[in-house]
Amino acid sequence: MKNHDSYSDAYIRDILARSRTIAMVGASPTPSRPSYFAMKYLKEKGFRVIPVNPGQEGKTILGERVYAALPEIKEKVDIVDIFRSSGAALGITREAIAIGARVVWMQLGVRNDEAAGLAEDAGLQVVMNRCPKIEYGRLSGELNWAGVNSRMISSRRPLLGPKGVQHRVLATKA
Amino acid sequence: MTAERKPGFDTLAIHAGAQPDSATGARATPIYQTTSFVFDNVEHAAALFNLETFGNIYTRIMNPTQAVLEERVAALEGGTAGLAVASGHAAQALVFHTLLAPGDEFIAARQLYGGSINQFTHAFKKCGWEVRWADTTDAESFRAALTPKTKAIFVESIANPGGIITDLEAVAAVAKQAGVPFIVDNTLATPYLMRPIEYGADIIVHSLTKFLGGHGNSIGGAIVDCGTFDWLKSGRYPTLSAPCASYHGITLAETFGNFAFAIACRVLGLRDLGPAISPFNAFLILTGIETLPLRMQRHCDNALAVATWLSGHDQIAWVNYAGLPGNEFHEAAKRYSPKGAGAVFTFGLKGGYEAGIALVSNVKLFSHLANIGDTRSLIIHPASTTHRQLTDEQRIRAGAGPEVVRLSVGLESVEDLIADLDQALAAA
Repeated sequence: MKNHDSYSDAYIRDILARSRTIAMVGASPTPSRPSYFAMKYLKEKGFRVIPVNPGQEGKTILGERVYAALPEIKEKVDIVDIFRSSGAALGITREAIAIGARVVWMQLGVRNDEAAGLAEDAGLQVVMNRCPKIEYGRLSGELNWAGVNSRMISSRRPLLGPKGVQHRVLATKA
Repeated sequence: MTAERKPGFDTLAIHAGAQPDSATGARATPIYQTTSFVFDNVEHAAALFNLETFGNIYTRIMNPTQAVLEERVAALEGGTAGLAVASGHAAQALVFHTLLAPGDEFIAARQLYGGSINQFTHAFKKCGWEVRWADTTDAESFRAALTPKTKAIFVESIANPGGIITDLEAVAAVAKQAGVPFIVDNTLATPYLMRPIEYGADIIVHSLTKFLGGHGNSIGGAIVDCGTFDWLKSGRYPTLSAPCASYHGITLAETFGNFAFAIACRVLGLRDLGPAISPFNAFLILTGIETLPLRMQRHCDNALAVATWLSGHDQIAWVNYAGLPGNEFHEAAKRYSPKGAGAVFTFGLKGGYEAGIALVSNVKLFSHLANIGDTRSLIIHPASTTHRQLTDEQRIRAGAGPEVVRLSVGLESVEDLIADLDQALAAA
């Protein structure tokens, strides 16, 4: 199994740069919840984010229809982002493999090594205990504005997004 | 450079946090001398105010020049995030404002910079935050001062002005066992000499005014979040672990993970109390940090030469510099600060208080002033200046008795520094 205590910037950058659709399991309709923050930010950065939450089935979050479970999603999913407990991650990972997702991503505080092994055996990439919003912000240079240690140095200019001066986008290379 | 390669300290001192400017390509970090930043539209403004997205609003809370300084200091310390503020005192005020509520206690080493002793004893008392004192040379004294109300432990890594090296690992163990964050003021050591995070620090504070800025031209302070304390698990720090009323009920520790403490100090403490650093000061301090490794080594080398010379002088009763073999803290210095024991130390004059006054009056190259960590060499008689407001007992406990003189050894030719002290002692 890959080392999941730390990830190279290139690994995370490649996953984010090659993905377009994220199914967010455990997405919340409550604006103060971290999943809501992450969904709003990732949509803003151009990802299609599909919320999955059985308690919210058929409703919408940030304008997107909520599905009860992964198998109900009919379009291609790149990343399954797990905003659930570590224990729940195993079952969700089995579904992620079944629907042909490319990446299983577990949120900050979520880690399930059995699920990770299963996903990797099926040829998926795995990220655990990270937040895609924070990783996007870190690697694009936006988190520098919040004084966060990006653990990155570069003599290249950060890339500005098309939406305005206060938007950076992920470069495909550091 | 590949993503896998970890940059060295000297590289971080120059590059961390500072890519070329995204708008102009300027290679040096620009001074963003502006109060405010335009929003793209109403939705963008709302997202920024709600902390839903990253970006700049107002220089009291964040500014791109400050941000480079913040990431630089965080990277040098090995922390998850930083916050730059108006002064070292402001950094301490924001740290404790984030951690404490009225009626809470914290334990601090009694061997501290005199200004910190004043801040903790008097200013904090008005907020209902009670300090209990311990002995920085005795980790068990921190354990003895613990009560159910204790919320933090605070020490200086190299204590000012006494030249004491704190056994960080031993005090960190007490804090960890008590389940409270361990705060280290690393001003005198700088991360070049010592990285407290490696010994269990949870929060690091700096007066950037001193060796980090290093040129005696700007006041500034910094907080570094080490990302090591689990606020949600502890549950004793509601500013971080409970829904935040002034941000629509978000829980900061949940939303910002292992850099939530730095965010809390910024979006609550700095936003509401207001001690922002000016972009110009942030720029000057950043420029200073680029040469920190070179300067700090020279500071230490000069200090050791001056301390060695003083210890052989017949008017000198004692020299308290941990870099000298035989000093009480020499072994601790070799362990915690092997590249040098810093450049601030004290010595005692056989002639007592009057001899101290005479010495500071007779120097011609050393400057008589109340700062440390300048390119210039500095001298002060603490009993008549920085520690004047303390009681006799507090002064002696802080290593600032009547016969004590403190030096901050600068970067001049060391033989000129020795010659100046020689003539001043002869004239006294």
